[in-house]
Amino acid sequence: MSAEPRMVEVRRKVLKQNDIVAADLRRRFQEARVCVVSLVSSPGSGKTAFLEKTLTLIGKTHRVAALVGDLATENDADRLRRSHAPVKQIVTGTVCHLEAEMVRKALEGWNLEDLDFLFLENVGNLVCPSSYDLGEELRLVLLSVTEGEDKPLKYPTIFNTADVAVITKIDLASAVEFDWNAVLANIQAVRPGMSVLRVSSKTGEGLDEWQRLLEARFTTPA
Amino acid sequence: MHELSIALSLIEAAGEEAEKHGAATVRAVYLRLGPLSGVEKEALLFSYGLAAEDTPLRGSQLIIEDSPVMVFCTVCGDRRPIRSLQCFRCAECGTPAMEVVQGRELEVVGLEIDS
Repeated sequence: MSAEPRMVEVRRKVLKQNDIVAADLRRRFQEARVCVVSLVSSPGSGKTAFLEKTLTLIGKTHRVAALVGDLATENDADRLRRSHAPVKQIVTGTVCHLEAEMVRKALEGWNLEDLDFLFLENVGNLVCPSSYDLGEELRLVLLSVTEGEDKPLKYPTIFNTADVAVITKIDLASAVEFDWNAVLANIQAVRPGMSVLRVSSKTGEGLDEWQRLLEARFTTPA
Repeated sequence: MHELSIALSLIEAAGEEAEKHGAATVRAVYLRLGPLSGVEKEALLFSYGLAAEDTPLRGSQLIIEDSPVMVFCTVCGDRRPIRSLQCFRCAECGTPAMEVVQGRELEVVGLEIDS
């Protein structure tokens, strides 16, 4: 036993276990040729309404399903089931984000071969979900026009780690005097080159472009 | 706020590494932390002491080394810092930066131990 303390060099990712499970999920998704899309946003930005429309729209021509994360209640899953797609609620309890292991467990009993698209709705939170890879192919960050144009600047990490920004509730844009130039500039400032969709789940505006983006993904997987 | 659960994962990871190196006690854990990891430094430091209670790492110190965001600038042809987290442009030439090469780190890089 030596008296002096010593330094040892290590290299160990803190979320290694999550990364391992996520990499395994990604491999399974690719093998089953299912396109997996996750959705993150602050609470109340319209994720569930957008997903409900998406399941109904894409479900006409493709096999779709969804997992939906919330701290409590099955309310979102009940809403999404109206689309007749298979939906499972992940109740996270006190955990403010989804982790790869929760997704893996929720998928037990589902045959991925039976799906074309799987949507993962994260817990409403713009901070914590950015730390956890879920094995998804495409990460969407949603921002509603009622939240203000500077959200991307306040939460640069989640925007920088997402692939597509979706601006929701655009039917309310003029009522809240939404500044389109400002929001688009702010998104490009924190994630240069980011694709932006503008949708209204209420009127259906912009959903056709979203459908084209998804279908392009499905026919030419990354 | 998920730093307590991050701290628990950190204690577990550091504990396993300490055991591999035959540590009797751990005096300090060195962590590299990038601003794009989604983890808040102050909150993690605060959570660490709580998470270490009742573990072999109790009483150890968490030392955080910042890992600033670096991008690959296609115009400079090299790694460069960015202007700020609110402006992902090469700090030298101002080109918008698409490729992040550093800044997402959340990893244990060293331990100070007694064996």
